[in-house]
Amino acid sequence: MSLALVVLLPFIGAILPPLMIRSGRTVCATVTGSVTLSSLVLLLIHAPAVYRGEVPVVAYEWLPSLGLRFSFFADGFGLFFAALILAIGLLIIIYARFYLGRDDPMGRFYCYLLLFQGAMLGIVLSDNVLLLLIFWELTSLSSFLLIGYWRHLPEGRQGARMALAVTGGGGLAMLAGMLLLGQITGSYELTEILGQGELVRASPLYLPALLLILLGAFTKSAQFPFHFWLPHAMAAPTPVSAYLHSATMVKAGIFLLGRLWPVLAGTEAWFLIVGGTGLVTMVIAAWIALFKDDLKALLAFSTVSHLGLVTMLWGFATPFAAVAAVFHILNHATFKCALFMTAGIVDHEVHSRDARRLGGLLHLMPITGTLALVASASMAGLPPLNGFLSKEMMLEAAGHARPPAYPWLVPGLATFGALLSVAYSARYAVHVFLGPVRDDYPQHPHDPPAGMWLPVAVLVALVVLIGLFPAAIAGPIVAGASDAILGGALPDYKLALWHGITPALLMSAVATAGGLVLLALFWPVRAVRDAMPRPEAKRIFDAIVLGAANAARRASYGLHNGQLQRYVMFFVVSVLVLILVGWQTGRLDAGTREPLAAGYLAGIAWLLLLAGCIGIVAYHRQRFLALILTSLVGLIVSLAFLYLSAPDLALTQISVEVVTTILMLLALNFLPKETVAESSVARRLRDGALALGSGAAFAAIVHDVLTRDFTSISAYHLEQSKPGGGGTNVVNVILVDFRGYDTYGEIIVLGIAGLAIFALLDGALRGPAARRLARWAPDQPRAADLHPLIPVVATRVMLPLALMVGVYIFLRGHNLPGGGFISALVVAIALLMQYMASGFGWAEQRIRFDYHVLIGWGVLIAGLTGLGAWLFGLPFLTSGFDYFHFPVVGEVELATAAIFDLGVFLTVVGAVMVALANLSRIARRAEPIPVPQEPMDYTAPVPEPATTAEGR
Amino acid sequence: MGHWIVVPVILPALLAPFIILAARFDIVVQRTLSMAGAVALLAVAVTLWVGAGAGPEAYRLGDWPAPFGIVLVLDHLSALMLVLTGLLAVAVLLHAIDGFDARGRHFHALFQFQLMGLNGAFLTGDVFNLFVFFEVLLIASYGLMLHGAQEKALRAGVQYVAINLAGSTLFLFAVGLLYGVTGTLNMADLAVKVPLVAEGDRPLIHIAGLLLFAVFAVKAALVPLHFWLPGTYAAAGPPVAALFAIMTKVGAYAILRMSTLVFGANAGGAETWLAAPWLVPFGLLTIAVGAVGVLGARRLRDQTCFAVIGSMGTLLATLGLVTPQGTLAALYYLISSTLAGASLFLVCDLVERGRASGDADTIVPTPPFRGQEVVAGLFMLAAILMAGMPPLSGFLGKLLILDAAATHPWQGWIWAVILSMSLIVIVGFGRAGSTVFWKSAALPAAVGPHRPAACGVAAAGTLIAAGAALAAFAAPADAVLSLIAAELHTPAAYIQAVLGSSPTILGAAP
Repeated sequence: MSLALVVLLPFIGAILPPLMIRSGRTVCATVTGSVTLSSLVLLLIHAPAVYRGEVPVVAYEWLPSLGLRFSFFADGFGLFFAALILAIGLLIIIYARFYLGRDDPMGRFYCYLLLFQGAMLGIVLSDNVLLLLIFWELTSLSSFLLIGYWRHLPEGRQGARMALAVTGGGGLAMLAGMLLLGQITGSYELTEILGQGELVRASPLYLPALLLILLGAFTKSAQFPFHFWLPHAMAAPTPVSAYLHSATMVKAGIFLLGRLWPVLAGTEAWFLIVGGTGLVTMVIAAWIALFKDDLKALLAFSTVSHLGLVTMLWGFATPFAAVAAVFHILNHATFKCALFMTAGIVDHEVHSRDARRLGGLLHLMPITGTLALVASASMAGLPPLNGFLSKEMMLEAAGHARPPAYPWLVPGLATFGALLSVAYSARYAVHVFLGPVRDDYPQHPHDPPAGMWLPVAVLVALVVLIGLFPAAIAGPIVAGASDAILGGALPDYKLALWHGITPALLMSAVATAGGLVLLALFWPVRAVRDAMPRPEAKRIFDAIVLGAANAARRASYGLHNGQLQRYVMFFVVSVLVLILVGWQTGRLDAGTREPLAAGYLAGIAWLLLLAGCIGIVAYHRQRFLALILTSLVGLIVSLAFLYLSAPDLALTQISVEVVTTILMLLALNFLPKETVAESSVARRLRDGALALGSGAAFAAIVHDVLTRDFTSISAYHLEQSKPGGGGTNVVNVILVDFRGYDTYGEIIVLGIAGLAIFALLDGALRGPAARRLARWAPDQPRAADLHPLIPVVATRVMLPLALMVGVYIFLRGHNLPGGGFISALVVAIALLMQYMASGFGWAEQRIRFDYHVLIGWGVLIAGLTGLGAWLFGLPFLTSGFDYFHFPVVGEVELATAAIFDLGVFLTVVGAVMVALANLSRIARRAEPIPVPQEPMDYTAPVPEPATTAEGR
Repeated sequence: MGHWIVVPVILPALLAPFIILAARFDIVVQRTLSMAGAVALLAVAVTLWVGAGAGPEAYRLGDWPAPFGIVLVLDHLSALMLVLTGLLAVAVLLHAIDGFDARGRHFHALFQFQLMGLNGAFLTGDVFNLFVFFEVLLIASYGLMLHGAQEKALRAGVQYVAINLAGSTLFLFAVGLLYGVTGTLNMADLAVKVPLVAEGDRPLIHIAGLLLFAVFAVKAALVPLHFWLPGTYAAAGPPVAALFAIMTKVGAYAILRMSTLVFGANAGGAETWLAAPWLVPFGLLTIAVGAVGVLGARRLRDQTCFAVIGSMGTLLATLGLVTPQGTLAALYYLISSTLAGASLFLVCDLVERGRASGDADTIVPTPPFRGQEVVAGLFMLAAILMAGMPPLSGFLGKLLILDAAATHPWQGWIWAVILSMSLIVIVGFGRAGSTVFWKSAALPAAVGPHRPAACGVAAAGTLIAAGAALAAFAAPADAVLSLIAAELHTPAAYIQAVLGSSPTILGAAP
């Protein structure tokens, strides 16, 4: 448990700094430090056990079906890294307290830092590789936040994004690699995977897995050609650079290489890819580092170079090289972190970290200067410092790595890398701290407060002490870590300053001398180098990202251009393709059913239908005509229903037809009467072909369905209509009983439509649409007699009759064609006619009624009727009916379905009337015609079009 | 569970008319009622979830025996969708009651009707009834989409309605075709009848199945049937778009339901897993279209729209794996991506309100507003959830999907597309976030009263926290989702719950 707590503490503790910053910066830093310290103490409690050879493990199931477990283990290697992360973290926290300015949000900084710390600890202590991946991506995210900490700086933002893209992307590749690894070994637990090296290396999936994992590791550790992101991450505050980009995060990649070394190492591919990449990175990055003027950039590339060195050592895949790698990781962390902090101090004190503007600082800031000199000497690999020791071991290992074809390649390049390392280390020392004091510093420097140099001093002390007494101080740590990697087969090695005159020592001497010579020739060499063309990685990266973003923008907005024709075209084509594919899947038998003979009436109707459709296509731009022709189609469909013995459907269809046509005519009054031609001829041809094709396909399918017999549930409906549903009109019984729930849904659809129309048009009466409406002038001549006498009289006389018909149709619905829906439409038509004949104003004044209430009551009544069944312990919408004997009237059937039907009736009337009422509101706003006052006062004064236009 | 099963439908269906009748002039009463209704819905959904533990249960509306009447079926999957809907409804309402709901009329009534449509679609066991609820959804969402609408929204609304009406027409046609061959509309009955369809009729059934799939794919925004989504969601108010995050899932749900129950392993012949060969390739294409859109987006709303499209691609491709493991992964991802899409839309709205202009979601730096840090944090978390980065549930969902795809013949393609498109999405969100929230820090601060409202922050935070909880409690989630996957892949219990122990109605022997 406590092992998991080591990782979780920083995450939990991350909420403290943003809170504690309210108590002051020192308190905030102290609290943050305590979190890290607690975690460190918890970790070190495990140290004795680990060094006794035990492996503490803790595991909880997290996602069992995936094999993701919340499991941690600590062996020598993991413990070593975890201790490094926490110990250096502690120093960084102290340093940052003094480094950050008063305006910097420190709480946020420490919060991110702790998040990062937790993620990093997770990587090094995870047992489950999927868990490791989670922490891996978390470091990418938290470093994104840390690099972008100074969000007002463009470099910070760009650097953060670049780091996220490169390392996050690498993480995704690694994810695939880890999954493959799990696929090979059948487990995601490292402790199990590590024992199956043979199996993994023999697997056909080995190479893809290796490449994907390496992609993750190399991007994280900024190995060539992914080295470019690291220097740009230096836009972060220096404590971040020192922590993430020298000591910890960039080491995640080489940690992983070490972790998986027992499984993946030892093949030729491993040697070539890992060793080669490391070597190339080491040399190239060192070369770049030498010429960087920005101190942090110089240190950044030197970090890349040293990471390359460690990668190369892993690549050699010999036990000795592995030990050297572990030792160098430790040494590099100490001296490089110290150097970053000194660079930060210089920046902080001088307000510049440009090597060309510095020099002579040793005299002005002696403490910092001394510490920096010692640390850079260690980086250069000078005795008796720790950098020297591990560099010697590296050269020794490189001396043994001799591929037969090019025996001198590796040792030679390794020596050259060491030479460059000497040169840039010397440059850092000489061009910044040595030389004469200048008088043009941006700010006069002096040593910083102790809080800033003390962490450096601690690290430098380690640099010296490890150098002097390597076996005593670093020995057990290195042995423990290496042992964990090598599985108990430690090679013969000795951590010591003096091994006698060895080839490595000679190579080292050459490197040192050469490096100093190179620095002496620095300016001429630089002139040559500046003259050569070199790829600027950031520009390339930015160009790629920007190019991709722009291309994506064009593609995306180009494809989704808001053109309905295109969207529908894709829909129709998809449907056609699916139908054609479906047809291919088997042999379709011809139907066996005898077709009915079609009389001449049917023929005429069919021809009319056809003519109507062709007419619509031909005249679709003239909206009135198109609307009338559409209603013709509707009429013929209702006739067809009648012809095929479906009077209910015919009645419904025809009343729906009337209502919609009238409503659309009213709406059309305010719309342009013609539409513009929107399609080119070619597109019309294409669309025509698609329409004909899909029409033909659908016709064929319908033909196939209609020509075959089938048994269906409708037999039951016919049989049960009277005994079960209490009605002889099976269509109505289906609507209100068998499938009353569907009807309930559909009336709600109508009700919602009413609400939506109201909401939409209510909005249109405000804002720009309302202004347009106020400017609107009729685009068609108005009749002199606005409300002709005959229709006025006729509709008013017919109103009670029509309402009576409505009631009649409603009541007979259960047994004969009719019902709530049709009756509602009949009533609505009767009311509509009043609006049309006598004018909106006149009708509105007389029907002072909010139709919302109708919709509300309708839906409510239908729902409550359905709910009533619960009282009898029956399901929702169960109907009940019985026969009652009334005096005079006789026997009458009363059914709950009728109440439900009343709900239907009210909703439908409401929805239609809401639409009408709102159209009428708009009409009255657009064209205020005087309202006739008295009953039968039909003649309204005729407004002169010209004057009304002016009058408005 | 008895009558409880129908409550998620009738509760909002009664509440909405009540709001119209009793509260249409007072927004405070509307809010109270609407919120109470949403919370009650969530509670009912949780109750049903518990009740679903006893196995699938049918509710026969009108007391008619199946397959002659309409049945609702409660099983773990439908209960899960109900819980998700309820959670989303509460969060979105929490956000919307801060003034968004007063921008137009009838927001709360339409909202309740929308919930009714969603719940109805998740509960129904009848194909035609599913059509009815698709209509309810369509018209209610159209109304909501136009809530407080600008002109742009009207235009997008026409497209939305046009394409979806085309989809509805196709739905009717496909249902008619199914009925014309099998003579039934009940899904469980279809599951019994489809394998029995005569050889000479099977192409018709195949076409019907594919057309149904196309209808659901329109709802689920599968490329190339997705075109309606970007315009619609971007034009709708972001809180409405947040609720719509579950609407695409209705399509996915319908595909999952129909393909496991009717056109699954038991369908026989060429109809076995009929949709699967289409889902994987077009799902991958959808992922790519979404990712490209995320990278190229000019506006935050557009970006979220495309992120939603991409996530639907991932979900649908995963449904195409047709293994229980794939179904589990798809369900986990479904929950996660719903939370992600909704929270991102809510964050868009917070940004727009902070910027104090109704249309201010362009990805450009603007002067920082008060409380921007909080919104930035929410954006990052929501983007992490959407892009599938740890530690939120999106990452685990992605892991599950990749793991489930490992046995599929297209493993390489699936992995390559999902992972590379993830990277593009990450880059896209990174660019947008750093432009909107970081680059603006370099500008002089806007002084103004604008500050994200507490309830708005709480709403987005709730959804993200749900994503975190889904990740943290992945083990129990895994257990129940694998239960659902098993239920779906052995539909016998479902069929038996609907048709009784001997599904041999109309002389059709199983």
